[in-house]
Parts: sequence; structure tokens; C-alpha cells
Amino acid sequence: MPDSVMPDSAIQNSFHLDAVPIRLERCGKTFAGGARALEPLDLTIRGGETVVFLGPSGCGKTTTLRIIAGLESPDPGGRVLFGEEDVTALPIERRNVGMVFQSYALFPNMTVAENVAYGLKVRKIARADRGRRVEEMLDLMHLGEFAGRRIDQLSGGQRQRVALARALVVRPRVLLLDEPLTALDAKLRDSLRLEIDRLLRGLGITAVYVTHDQGEAMALGDRIVVMAKGRVAQVGTPREIYYQPADGFVADFIGTMNRLGGMARGGMLSIGSATLPWTGPEGAVELLVRPEDLALAGEADGHLGGTVAAAVFLGDRTRLVVEPTDGPALTVDAAGRSELGRGDRVWLRVDPARVLAVP
Amino acid sequence: MHDLSHRRGWGFWLQLGFTLLVCALLTVPMAMSMLAGLTANYFVGLKSGLTLRWVEEVLRVYSGTILLSLQIAVACLACTLVLGVPAAYALARRPGRIARLVEEMLMMPVAIPGLATALALIVTYGGVGDLRGSWLFILIGHVLFTLPFMVRAVLAVMGSIDLTTLEEGAASLGAGFLRRFATVVLPNCRSGILAGSLMVLTLSVGEFNLTWLLHTPLTKTLPVGLADSYASLRIEIGSAYTLVFFLMIVPSLILMQGLSRRGRPSV
Repeated sequence: MPDSVMPDSAIQNSFHLDAVPIRLERCGKTFAGGARALEPLDLTIRGGETVVFLGPSGCGKTTTLRIIAGLESPDPGGRVLFGEEDVTALPIERRNVGMVFQSYALFPNMTVAENVAYGLKVRKIARADRGRRVEEMLDLMHLGEFAGRRIDQLSGGQRQRVALARALVVRPRVLLLDEPLTALDAKLRDSLRLEIDRLLRGLGITAVYVTHDQGEAMALGDRIVVMAKGRVAQVGTPREIYYQPADGFVADFIGTMNRLGGMARGGMLSIGSATLPWTGPEGAVELLVRPEDLALAGEADGHLGGTVAAAVFLGDRTRLVVEPTDGPALTVDAAGRSELGRGDRVWLRVDPARVLAVP
Repeated sequence: MHDLSHRRGWGFWLQLGFTLLVCALLTVPMAMSMLAGLTANYFVGLKSGLTLRWVEEVLRVYSGTILLSLQIAVACLACTLVLGVPAAYALARRPGRIARLVEEMLMMPVAIPGLATALALIVTYGGVGDLRGSWLFILIGHVLFTLPFMVRAVLAVMGSIDLTTLEEGAASLGAGFLRRFATVVLPNCRSGILAGSLMVLTLSVGEFNLTWLLHTPLTKTLPVGLADSYASLRIEIGSAYTLVFFLMIVPSLILMQGLSRRGRPSV
């Protein structure tokens, strides 16, 4: 879908949005009945930054978003600040946020143009100005030809673009997206994700994005907040989260992670049959290694021997599951043209610099 | 491909015959009654000729009851709209055990015989000021009886759309409660409100059980007048009266049918 890619200059010319930082201070949430949805959370989101809340369902990410939006209020003591303004007591309609929902939340009783104009009408923007801004926004989202359509005449991707247009046309202080791509099929998801990415970069708006999809989080987030069971597990850039996961949960949740047992003593690390120079913690350690950081090698220079239990051809690479002589199975990425198959004997090399140790 | 219409067996004709028989059973008496209202002399039969005399007589003598019935129906509709739509909204937005209990309680006047409800109203409010002699007393009964139908119809539509998220969407765009209610909630529940309204109008115009106990000689509605005329006047007048009643009620019934077929929310 090449026409979905818009020039950044077009975005910047149409809008100027102030980049407002968001600060959460001790924002916890206990629901009626005593269920703790969110442990008290402190977080600063810089102006213009896109922060993605990532985690499995029930981890508190949506609750956090709804606290920022003003759809939930934090437990007493918690504060939400937009810039210098304390908005904790303001309901959502007075926070000037833009929100995009998983189920679109478009008004079925209105056309596409009327949906987009709704927020401007509420703000009592004069008719002529309103019409111009709606038209501009629809063009920006490639929805011009759909202006007069009813919502039920649109595809899922078109609906979510209308929802984005409707949220952005009022020039909100922050944009909040609650799993906006989850209801779409995979192909549409990719193209709309690119579109959202360009939109967020182009507008420079502060954005909070909630998803359970790590691919979306990596692609869109300046920073990712990984959450589990109502707590923040790690905050960091996609690279930090991927290469330096704070704990086993984060390591397993993002991408594929192998676990190896090793013994470190006196600056040397023993894995399998090999002994490598080592600067990490001493004693029995659990080592975390990404599949792309395990290299195939010959018997002479390999560290670990094993048997291929499965080989999946993925085009650009072949993903092998290797069963070492002892320990759990390892996932290894080999070249796409690799001829290795089930039952083949292989040797793996471990680069100590790319290994993470959990004592 | 086989064309099934050429291979209809005896089963088909048996079913068709039975269906037509049932239809006849239901419609023939109504047709007879309406015809009687247009016959010059029912006991002589159709050969005595057709006339509008009885219909004119009904309109002359009973126009008061017809107007009162319409007045009560419209007032009843206004009351059930003002009470029922917000009630349905409250029930839809609070899916708890108490809400379900209230919903069941609202259905009580439908389950309890009208006569019992009427007696209870008379015992409780019969002595309050001039209420007993006023048409408002009948209105109260009608509202009590028709309110559940309005609430149910609106609630059904509210349950089929994601009202909470729609409202959150509107709120995120800056709309306060009243604006959300007027521009998002009401328009998206339109089909339910329309269906409920027609139901309330139809039920109110035709209500007899409650009204028969609640009325006074000065506050007779159409169905009460109909009972009187059948009891004390020529059969032709009673039948003509039925004809008038049909003419009032059938258009709204047809409209209601059309709405229930078309009015399902499309999103």
C-alpha cells in the first residue's frame, strides 16, 4: 500500500502540536472489591516521546493508560501531571487528550466527516474553520473519498484511520492509543503501524501506546515500559529491553531467549566442553542468549555439541531447535540456505560478550 | 438443479391448508365485526345494504372517549420516554445484581393482573385530592403498565452496542455528559426508542383491564366505551366502534413491524 506513506513535511505543515510531558506520581489503582490492578507507579514521559506499555493481559498497562486519560482515577495520593498542570481531578473531557480505542469507538450515527468534526464542534470551532480542518485531516489520512460514508461501510483499517483522524484533529496535548491494531488482520496491522509511526514522528506529539504485541512495541516505542502483574518490570529503549532485559520475565516476554547453565570461577566461564574468559558474576550462573547470538561452528572451535531436533525454514533464515548433550533445548538461527535437518549433529559457539548472566 | 416448487407433496398442501385455516379462524371474526359495523341491519344481513351511519353515530357519541384515549396515549408516551429512557440507560451502564433486580421489579406490572394493580392504585391514591376523578389517574395506571415495555425495548438496543466505549470516545473529544447523551447515546438507541414508543402508544390506546377500574363516567376511554356500547347498544354500533379502533391501532402496528425488521443496529 504505497499511498499510505505520507511525506513528513505534509504532517508538519498541517499541524503544530505542543509536546507536553506527562508525569505519573505514585499512581496505583485498587478496584472496588480490593483487587490491586496497579502498584503505585512513578514515571515521566518526555514531551514528544512515544512510550509503549507492553505486557500480557491483566498486567496493568490499560489501567495505567486509563489513569493518564482520566477514565480512571488513581488511588488517593497518586497524581497525574501534564507539563506543570496537575490534571488528577479533571475528567477525561477536560484533559484535552486524543484517544484511539481497540474497538474504534466511532459513532455509527454519523458519517466519517461528522465523526472527525465531533471534537471541533464540541470546542465550538466556527463552521468554515471546522470544515477546512476536517478536510485537511481526512486528506492527511487518505480518507478524503470516504468523507460522506457511513462507518459500517468502512473496513477495519479505514475505521481505525478515521479514529486517528478524529483524535488528532482537535490538536490534543497527548495521544493515547489502546491496542489500536489488535482488531486488525496481520497485513493491515503492519501497514497501519507504519502509518502510525510516521504520524507520531511527524507530529512530535507525546504519545502513550498500549499493546501486548512486542513487535509493535519495538517498532513504535522510543521507550518501552514492560509490565507484569501490576508492576513495572523494566523501562528502557527497545534495544535495552531486548539486549539487557532486567529479569527473566522480560527476557522471555520479548523475543526468544535461550537459557544455558554455566559455572564461573576465577575469571573463567565453563559452558559445555569449553572454558571462556569471563568478567561477569562468579559461581553457578544462568546464561541468557538470543538465537541470533549462537553461531554454528565446527567440532574444533565449537563450545557446545548437540543434535538438531527441528529445523524451520523461514526464508531469510532457518530456525533450528538444538538439543545439547545436557540442558534444555536451544533455539539457533542459521542461514536461510542452511541444509541442516532433523538428526544432524551440530556444534555451537557462544560469544561471552553477548551473553547475559542471571546469578 | 431441482426446482422444488414442482415437487410439492401432500405434506405441503396439508400445511398450507392448516395455516390458512388458522388465519381464517383469527381474521374472519374481525372481518365479520368490521362488516357488521358497516351493515344497515345486522340481523337482516348484508342485503339490508352498507352504510356509514353507525360509524358516524360512534364518532358523534364517543368522540370524547376517542380523544381522551389519544390524549392519554400521548401523555403516557411522554412520561415513559422521560422515565424509561434514562432508566434503561442507568440499567445498561450498571451491570450489577441490583440493576438486574430493578429490571425484574419493573416487569411486575406486566405480570400482575391489571385489575389488581388498579385496585392497589385506588386503595392507595384514590383519596388524594381530585385525583380519583381526573384523567391523570388513568394516566398513572397506563404509565405503570407500559413503562416496562419502553425500558425493555431501549435496553435491548443499548445492550447490542458498546455504549461505554462510544461514550468514552465522545468524552475523550471533550463532550460532557449531557452532550454525550444527546449526540451519541440517544441517536444510537433511536431504533429501540421508536419501537418502545409505538408499543407504548398501542398498549395505552387498547388498555382495558386497568382502565375499566380506574375510569369514572367522565373519564371514559375508547376500550371502556367499547365495552359499554357492546353491553347496552345495538351490535352495529359496537362493531362500528371496533372498526374505528382498528383504524387507529393497525397503522401503528404495521409501523412497529417495519421498524423491528429494519431497526436493528448495523454496527
